[in-house]
Amino acid sequence: MIFAVILAGGTGSRMGSTDMPKQFLEIKGKPILNHTLEKFLPNPAFEKIIVLSPRAWLGHTKEIIRKYTGMSDRIAVIEGGKTRNETIMNAIAYIDEHYTLDDDTVIVTHDSVRPFVTHRIIEENIKTALSCGACDTVIPATDTIVEGKNDKITAIPDRRLMYQGQTPQSFKAKLLRDTYMSLSDEEKEILTDAAKILVMKGMDVKLVQGETFNIKITYPYDLRIARSLLEDEDAR
Amino acid sequence: MINTVYRLCAPRRFEIAFSEIGMNSGVIVRPTHLSICNADQRYYQGTRDPKVLREKLPMALIHEAIGQVVYDATESFTPGDRVVMVPNIPTERDDTIAENYLRSSKFCGSSADGFMQEYYSITPERLVKLPYGIDLDVAAFTELVSVSVHAISRFKKIAHERRDIIGVWGDGNLAFITSLLLRYMQPKSKIYIFGINREKLSDFSFADGTFLTTEIPTEMQIDHAFECVGGNGSPIAIEQIIGLIRPEGTISILGVSEYPVAINTRMILEKGLRLFGTSRSGRDDFRTTVSLYCKHPEIPLYLSRLVGNTVEIDQFSDIKKAFETDIKKAYGKTILHWNL
Repeated sequence: MIFAVILAGGTGSRMGSTDMPKQFLEIKGKPILNHTLEKFLPNPAFEKIIVLSPRAWLGHTKEIIRKYTGMSDRIAVIEGGKTRNETIMNAIAYIDEHYTLDDDTVIVTHDSVRPFVTHRIIEENIKTALSCGACDTVIPATDTIVEGKNDKITAIPDRRLMYQGQTPQSFKAKLLRDTYMSLSDEEKEILTDAAKILVMKGMDVKLVQGETFNIKITYPYDLRIARSLLEDEDAR
Repeated sequence: MINTVYRLCAPRRFEIAFSEIGMNSGVIVRPTHLSICNADQRYYQGTRDPKVLREKLPMALIHEAIGQVVYDATESFTPGDRVVMVPNIPTERDDTIAENYLRSSKFCGSSADGFMQEYYSITPERLVKLPYGIDLDVAAFTELVSVSVHAISRFKKIAHERRDIIGVWGDGNLAFITSLLLRYMQPKSKIYIFGINREKLSDFSFADGTFLTTEIPTEMQIDHAFECVGGNGSPIAIEQIIGLIRPEGTISILGVSEYPVAINTRMILEKGLRLFGTSRSGRDDFRTTVSLYCKHPEIPLYLSRLVGNTVEIDQFSDIKKAFETDIKKAYGKTILHWNL
């Protein structure tokens, strides 16, 4: 079985003065979370689309899904965790509780603030996770990546080997959970995303080609870009 | 839902745009197999009038396509159903004038975005379900087949009943399809093909006779004719038809020409001929086409000979590659496996 896991756990601390988490801000009269959810809803591969939201925003999340998209029995809204990976573990626990979690259970995890994800990216994630166990969506780095410490450059890695990570990140759910559980607290501390759980343990994570427009709406500037991309249509 | 649209913004240049699709009305179809038409190529290569290009671009191309239903708020289809999309979009109802001739109708890839999109939102009336197991590469150009069905259906209403010999001028895709359908829709008529390429004419094995236009027997006469030549060849083809057709015959014009074509009106008057034009097709023609596929499974088999190139569209740059490949083809259709 394949499950979509929409990570809407962020609290919007980078969005400037706004108090509302960024996934609830609107583009073209609809919350970003709904736009993202609607990219997964038409795909029949998903048994369930699990939306994970901060505890305080659970009611709000359910309400906006009902209001703008329509609640269906293919959508579940549950509470996220303290960190990104704890949130993913909550989703896996939900699957384990309500379905059969076996070696072929796949989760396609996606940022709720990347509403421009495409059908092709989602399909390739499913296919690659099923065949290889894990994959990460990336685009080649266009800027030079500089590694630094104490205001000094420590390394300039070869750009040809550098990619910018996007989502979805997709995994065999049991493999991800078991590997995560095997990590020490120190190892968990330095995790920035879910793919790293497997990479740290020397496991293969395949690359799936993303799209430059599969942007993450993190800063007010991104929100402006996202709005102009969609609202350009109104001028036609 | 945010939908990615792949538009031609200038000759040989595509761009990515986004539109919003409502989830609570109509049917959402995922286009899966697209077919390039000469009309798409005229936009792509910029051979249309510059004024027309300025008015219409940016626009998503492609009006020949099939897809899979992914979401249906109207509950008319089941998700997973394979469907052909009708590109004609009527905006009014008229009991006399067919939907494809109403000046108010929109047409995908001409006056509205075509099917080069991630998803396409459409009303259930504009979809026709395809039979299970049909060759999807063939089904992709059902729209073109429906244009021939439309022309033959109109011919049956207009032409007199003596239909012993029907001539088809042209040896390209449209001529192949029209003559094949005449074989089934006018089974008692002899179908003769008149073309300029001996090799291409040899593909018309279902016809009763094929002739090079330079080697037509002197005694040749036909009752009615279909002109499927278009372009610069139109005037010569029409002249030849007017010369060979018997009095009160009917000539169906299907070939598109960018330029005005001079025709011999004196002989039209003398022979009392009827000329009628056909363009595009409507929902009923699509339904007739699909029922012909079901009734005569050999039709899609014959049509599969027209599948020239199949191109996998896995990334944005593949779109341009497909159009360039199509330009180089000698014959047949270029089918896009739409994975974007």
